[in-house]
Amino acid sequence: MQRPPLDRAQRLALLTDMLLIRAFEDRVTQLAHEQGRLPGMQITCHGQEAVAAGVVRALTPEDVVVTNHRGHGHLLARGVDPNALMAEIMGRRDGLNRGKSGTLHLADPSRNVLMTSTVVGAAPPLAVGAAFAQRYRGEKAATCVFFGDGAAAEGSVHEAMNLAGVWKLPVLFVCESNCWAGAQAHREHCPIGRIADRAASYGMPGEAVDGNDVEAVHEAALDLLEGRRAGHGPALLECRTYRMHGHGEHDPQHYVDKAELAAWAGRDPIVRYAEVLRRDGLLDAVEPLAVHASGIVDAAVAFADASPYPPPEEALEHVYANPIAREV
Amino acid sequence: MAVKSMGQAVAEALGLALEMDANVFLAGEGVGASIHVNPHLPTFGLLERFGPERVRDTPVSEAAIAGLAVGASCMGLKPVVEVMFFPFITLASDMIVNHAAKLRYLSGGLSNFPLTVRVKSGAFSAGCQHSHYLEAWLAHVPGLKVAYPSTPADAKGLLLSAIFDPDPVVVIEEMPLYWSIHAEAPEGDQRVPLGKARIARLGADATLATYGGAVHVALKAAEMLAEEGLSLEVVDLRSLLPLDTATVLASVRRTGRFLALHDATRFCGFGAELVATVAEACHGELKAPPRRVAAPDIPVPFTPPQEAFYKPSAEAVARAVRELVRG
Repeated sequence: MQRPPLDRAQRLALLTDMLLIRAFEDRVTQLAHEQGRLPGMQITCHGQEAVAAGVVRALTPEDVVVTNHRGHGHLLARGVDPNALMAEIMGRRDGLNRGKSGTLHLADPSRNVLMTSTVVGAAPPLAVGAAFAQRYRGEKAATCVFFGDGAAAEGSVHEAMNLAGVWKLPVLFVCESNCWAGAQAHREHCPIGRIADRAASYGMPGEAVDGNDVEAVHEAALDLLEGRRAGHGPALLECRTYRMHGHGEHDPQHYVDKAELAAWAGRDPIVRYAEVLRRDGLLDAVEPLAVHASGIVDAAVAFADASPYPPPEEALEHVYANPIAREV
Repeated sequence: MAVKSMGQAVAEALGLALEMDANVFLAGEGVGASIHVNPHLPTFGLLERFGPERVRDTPVSEAAIAGLAVGASCMGLKPVVEVMFFPFITLASDMIVNHAAKLRYLSGGLSNFPLTVRVKSGAFSAGCQHSHYLEAWLAHVPGLKVAYPSTPADAKGLLLSAIFDPDPVVVIEEMPLYWSIHAEAPEGDQRVPLGKARIARLGADATLATYGGAVHVALKAAEMLAEEGLSLEVVDLRSLLPLDTATVLASVRRTGRFLALHDATRFCGFGAELVATVAEACHGELKAPPRRVAAPDIPVPFTPPQEAFYKPSAEAVARAVRELVRG
């Protein structure tokens, strides 16, 4: 597809997004290791920032995002308020979802981040429903759903792709192939290796890109989204990347080959892209941008720290649209 | 009012909802083009009336059907999806239990899921992979609502309430009732509220609470008991969640005796909840310990004499009432 090359502002925006995601999650990692600062487990997309920034920057405001447990990057790239996000991760009253979600079930319908499912493989069927609604109402919009290569083993992902394929729904299935499903390596759970090849089974285009090359991801997403909005049915984009941290911050990665990890660290998507922009004369140094991102995160942590925990009895709210009266 | 079969009453509610609100659509396996040609089946004729955009046949794919409902409802549509037989809800249960029921809560109240799952229940000589009364599973999930009609008027009225309710509702329809029960049902948009029980028969000696096809068994038992001079009050719960405890307890306080009846197996069945609720609230007012009449703890059998053995009979209900009243 022929389109003008990305301009300076667009290219800097991709880098800025990735820097914010990295700064935000580096702080989450740090806080996770400080006892008592963050309840529960923390799951980051460290190393996968190019997928979040590249795909989400290709969406229009009308497009819908459905994501999974590794979703901070998708939300930040979508413009979700970092203060509310950090407060939610900390379980605070002013969190995005009033402390009901934590890191795992974030939703921001105001930005069309429709929902997050942390049941592995459950996001694609939900996305099919959202895309059906878009098509039913005749909207020129698409639904973008993120899932991992581990999730691709779930039957629900097959059912979702099959239904989207047979009904020609505007879904972009984005598989973040990060080489790991828990402690299981990609080759141990995926007999064909290249998940994009499965697209053929559902009558949709499938494309695999270098998931650590933000412009490659972005261009592929722009192309595929255009086709989805134009009514050509679903598509599958496989972004081949690497999960640099463990499944969560509590996972010491004892099963990971250190040489493999070092090799992927050498392909860090942020370092790579900063170098490209410097070479192209668009950037003198990345430090000022990183400092700016770090400032946003400082403010987010301060905001979250200042917000109290919600009162325990608020746990009773939001089960139903209107509370159910119980008379005994 | 006109006499309708229960299946026709369901079809009338679905047709009305499709007419009234463009956000309503139907989806499921065979809801449009069915292998059956039977005017008492609940989606009969709707594809011809409303077209394939609004009455959608899906692949054999329960997780995808339920996911479709959750995603579409969150976007503002009002999906009405069908799970062909109750045991198959296990294939859709992740979407219903972990998503439809929980995502409003997890979003801190930002998300809405006004969806309806219609599921066909009942025993119909197909064996236990097609027959399994799982209503207690669903009623145990906060965030869901569960309706279980016994008459054409309620099948229509509860379904309309479910479709226009802001929360996910599972409506359980007993398939044999589609054609075996014919009764008057009102014309037009006449709704039956969720969480409001119906006194199906007034009585003075004992209160029986039940739902679905068992209501008709209870009424038959009440007729038999009346000939012996015993007066049984029958409460048709209509919905299990929300549960109209007020109507049940008021009835028990009048009669002083209680028994619960259902076609589901006894252990951890919905009757246990009813008996516990009554015991907690009315302990000092009861003239006898509350009782349950339910199926034995076995899968639903296939062969007709065993299937009949499985389901509590009017005779078994009458026997339990006699023991409850006469000690």
